[in-house]
Amino acid sequence: MNSKYTLLVCDGASCKTTHKANLAAGFKKVIAEKKLGEFVSVVKTGCFGICGQGPIVKVLPDDLLYVSVKQTDIEEIVEEHIKNGNVVKRLLYTDPFTQEPVEKQKGKKIYQKQFRIALRNCGLINPEDITEYIAVRGYEALASVLADKTPIEVVELMKKSKLRGRGGGGFPTGLKWEFTAKQPGNEKYVICNADEGDPGAFMDRSVLEGDPHSVLEAMAIAGYAIGASQGYIYVRAEYPLAIHRLNIAMEQAREYGFLGKNIFSSGFDFDIDIRLGAGAFVCGEETALIHSMEGQRGEPTKKPPFPSVSGFRKKPTSVNNVETFANIPAIVLNGADWFASIGTENSKGTKVFALAGKINNIGLVEVPMGTTLREIIYDIGGGMVNNKEFKAVQSGGPSGGVIPKEHLDTPIDYESLKQIGSMMGSGGLIVLDEDDDIVQLAKFYLDFTQDESCGKCTPCRIGTKRMYEILDRLTKLEGSPDDLDILEDLAVNIKNSALCGLGQSAPNPVLSTMEYFKDEYEAYAYRKVKHTYSIITDKCIGCTKCARVCPVECISGSVKVPHVIDESLCIACGACYTACPVNAIEKP
Amino acid sequence: MVNIKINGIRIQVPDHTTVLEAAKKVGVHIPTLCHLKLDDFGIVNKVSSCRVCVVEEIGKPSLIPSCSALVYEGMNIRTDSVKALNARRNNLELLLSNHPFDCLTCAKNLQCELQSLANELHITEIHAKGEKMFYPIDKSSNAIVKDPNKCVMCRRCETMCNEVQTVGVLSAINRGFGVVVAPAFNIDLADSSCTYCGQCVAVCPTAALIARSDIQKVWRALANERRHVVVQVAPAVRVAIGEMFGMAPGTISTGKVVTALRRLGFDAVFDTNFGADLTIIEEANELVHRIQHGGVLPMLTSCCPAWVKFFEHQFPDMLDIPSTCKSPQIMLGAIIKSYYLKNLDILPRRLKVVSIMPCVAKKAEGARPELSKDELNNVDYVLSTRELGYMIKEAGIDFANLEESEFDNLLGESTGAAAIFGTTGGVIEAATRTAYEMITGESLGNVDFKQLRGLEGIREATVKIGSLDLKIGIAHGLGNARKLLESIKAGTSHFHAIEIMACPGGCIGGGGQPYHHGNQEILKKRQDAIYAIDKSLPRRKSHENEMVLKLYDEYLGAPYGEKAHDLLHTCYTPGERI
Ligand SMILES: Cc1cc2nc3c(=O)[nH]c(=O)nc-3n(C[C@H](O)[C@H](O)[C@H](O)COP(=O)(O)O)c2cc1C
Repeated sequence: MNSKYTLLVCDGASCKTTHKANLAAGFKKVIAEKKLGEFVSVVKTGCFGICGQGPIVKVLPDDLLYVSVKQTDIEEIVEEHIKNGNVVKRLLYTDPFTQEPVEKQKGKKIYQKQFRIALRNCGLINPEDITEYIAVRGYEALASVLADKTPIEVVELMKKSKLRGRGGGGFPTGLKWEFTAKQPGNEKYVICNADEGDPGAFMDRSVLEGDPHSVLEAMAIAGYAIGASQGYIYVRAEYPLAIHRLNIAMEQAREYGFLGKNIFSSGFDFDIDIRLGAGAFVCGEETALIHSMEGQRGEPTKKPPFPSVSGFRKKPTSVNNVETFANIPAIVLNGADWFASIGTENSKGTKVFALAGKINNIGLVEVPMGTTLREIIYDIGGGMVNNKEFKAVQSGGPSGGVIPKEHLDTPIDYESLKQIGSMMGSGGLIVLDEDDDIVQLAKFYLDFTQDESCGKCTPCRIGTKRMYEILDRLTKLEGSPDDLDILEDLAVNIKNSALCGLGQSAPNPVLSTMEYFKDEYEAYAYRKVKHTYSIITDKCIGCTKCARVCPVECISGSVKVPHVIDESLCIACGACYTACPVNAIEKP
Repeated sequence: MVNIKINGIRIQVPDHTTVLEAAKKVGVHIPTLCHLKLDDFGIVNKVSSCRVCVVEEIGKPSLIPSCSALVYEGMNIRTDSVKALNARRNNLELLLSNHPFDCLTCAKNLQCELQSLANELHITEIHAKGEKMFYPIDKSSNAIVKDPNKCVMCRRCETMCNEVQTVGVLSAINRGFGVVVAPAFNIDLADSSCTYCGQCVAVCPTAALIARSDIQKVWRALANERRHVVVQVAPAVRVAIGEMFGMAPGTISTGKVVTALRRLGFDAVFDTNFGADLTIIEEANELVHRIQHGGVLPMLTSCCPAWVKFFEHQFPDMLDIPSTCKSPQIMLGAIIKSYYLKNLDILPRRLKVVSIMPCVAKKAEGARPELSKDELNNVDYVLSTRELGYMIKEAGIDFANLEESEFDNLLGESTGAAAIFGTTGGVIEAATRTAYEMITGESLGNVDFKQLRGLEGIREATVKIGSLDLKIGIAHGLGNARKLLESIKAGTSHFHAIEIMACPGGCIGGGGQPYHHGNQEILKKRQDAIYAIDKSLPRRKSHENEMVLKLYDEYLGAPYGEKAHDLLHTCYTPGERI
């Protein structure tokens, strides 16, 4: 036992809730029992990104990751690794390609292609302890800006870095700050948009939980640049851990004089308050967000006027996304040129994606702009589950679209995604395989948007409902070929005439799937879709397993004789498919 | 000034012009639905929610709403691109796909803006049909019927209720397809603090908000020979009803209304203006009494029932400052049911009083329990100007070509002071004419108090009456009334008397008037007509109404006296804000 160890124990909300584990406490207890307290410290930290294998425990300085750690593994890790210096091989991460256990975190392919700016501290520091943030140069960016730069110089720096908003729109952050700074008057506001409402997205939550100070620091920098002394974080109430950590972080920052009056004796005052969102998707739209903050109904209003001219309390307001903010201290510290050297021509830096669906490594990844989808899915994502065939990836959530195989080598940035009918959105990536039904997917998103529409404008309120109804008809085999034309016309008109981004982008999941998977729509419309499961007689061995699991008892046959499904009764639940040991059941 | 291009036509327009306004200047029509803008009355609906007026801005991917998009230098607009036309038609089709198709029996048939628009865009088929919204119809109140299934979410009512009137009852609830405008938690209107001002009804493009119809009750009363049915007509009705018969806005049709009412079978046709003169006598006496005896000041007028309901709910701790006078229609009703009744040989229950009012709130006022005597309401049925128009049409009366006739005596006599009750500033001007002569004992030469007239939301004036500087405040629109009330509450303003009318413009803009469909010129013409009537009358001071004087002589005794109190004054009940 020669060195002092640090155990970083994942304490992100995903792991905390899905595994209901309080690993940190467990480790502390075992370490105390073994009287190893002086050799090892336990730190609760934010998300590591490979949530599919959580909870994760990282051992420093060995740079080693243990995955899927359970309470029952604690004893062994402490005894073997901490006390005896032996790696617990069975808990190591296994590379899906080589099937080899990987010891070093850096050695993991999943991390090799990643480049962490926004997530730079997530999983490395204790988010509830400001000194750990300070130790990684925290608040140095704010100090240097206040000491050496005028607000205009800060704006220029942001413009030069070419950072674009990560909340979906991709608007250049420096320009937004410039507009806001140039508005007359001295009552201005900074708002951090932490409403993150895309189904499946949790990038912003991970930043807030894993590195809250970076957001606070960036908001103060923004306040200085635009001339605001008050900031608000609009965070959805469904993020209790993020809120808890933000509150701790704000308190500590105030204690250290990084928030409040006369920060770093510069004469600059800035403080931050939290506003809770009630969890309506549309409240992530900046004008709706502002109305909600003002106590009004969370409804968007037309732009112009933009918030940078007339925002919160009708004062100039810069609304920026969590991830956007998280980049900013790093840009200040490393320089605009450094940031602008990463990424593509028009999209600089990195983007955090939430990988989900049928790939091996699900979780958060941060990659330089310009990384291809293929790299993300096969290198970082570890490829398709069960080596199934890749069908498409859905990006941008309910505002985005699907990207089929032929575009796998598209370098991801704002423009290229738009060009192929999708959208960067907030960064959700859902990988679909051959078994996934594209029309059902589109229906899922339309169900989401028609429900989340604020109901203000006609195309969104009634149009998305009608689109959903058509998709519902089609998937129930009650539609007609005419429905396809009506659906497409509706989609185009809604996109052209809805009031806010929600409605304007709501048709995207349909438009892009109709573009790339027209056959599947037509199959439904012409009712060529087989709606039930069936048994391939040649393959069936008559084991009776399927008949035993069928909930509606529509499978009949004697032992060792091929079985038959009564298709008039089949409810397509798929139980037989899963139960069959010889792949003798054909899907609808 | 900025230079823009619309459909290839170059035009220079002032900054802050909307694309819609600019297009109008070059003779380009763009259909609208949610749009509503009455600048001179401070009314603008900014929501841009219907998306029926979208136009293409060259170079922009999304269409823009022409009703609210402002012009800027170099803007290039196409109102006629296929993209815009398609989107407009699509959005209108969507609205229709969620609309009950009961047009033939709908209260707004041929008055419905959605219907006209469907005609204008020649919609003959709805492509995307589907589920329709279903909400119960709210018939809880005596004045307004709310059918959410006909709501197109234009939010005009909400703008009127919240921004203009600051009543705050109507707002959007729920989300998505189920969104609808309603009181909070979708409670019944009758349980809310709705004042029944009817401005929501006045602006609703469809029949989602309409005035309750009482026509059938009146037809039934007229059909029963045992009933003696008396009618009275409010001052603002006679300058508006002609619009329903193709006559120019502002046409004065007093005599035609009287003839029409007789033809409809009313047993006597009286004038609410008589009630107005009576109100002035009582109110001026009350004011002078308050001034001379150290009573509570300012005194607020109480003719407007929506205003009465507003202060009961919004300022329940200030119920001692409004005048205790009943409104003219109720005063006249009370006199009909006492003084007039005594010369008839019928059971009191068989005497029915019908009021023709420019108002929706008057319907609710008529039903207020305290405005009754011996369990009989002072007024039995209240019809709106529109409802009278429908009855005249149904009876086949050619209104525009009708001969004129006079009101019945004695409750048909009135002065110019009563005529101006129909517009903002009129009641207080009438009261001033009388108070002046009461206080000074001198005869007033010039009766036109021009400083009390106009359309500004809040007006203040000082009138010299002998040694007294009478400070007068005027507000129309309940939002303006609230501002005045709050300044009184805060002690920052000091008035002797304040006139308040709930509707923008006063009764000329009432919720029961023929629909103005957003054309403010109509309201102004009505106002001009009101002042023209005043000017044309030989007597222009209420206390010169000989029939009113006769009534006091023969029946009531002293103004503001015991009998007058019993018949002509009322009390108020504190309400809640819901
Ligand atoms: C329906 C809708 C939902 C949105 N939700 C979010 C959200 O959850 N978080 C976010 O940062 N931006 C969201 N946006 C984008 C915001 O309107 C705004 O553009 C963004 O917060 C600006 O920050 P940025 O410039 O840093 O991206 C949403 C937009 C729309 C139309």
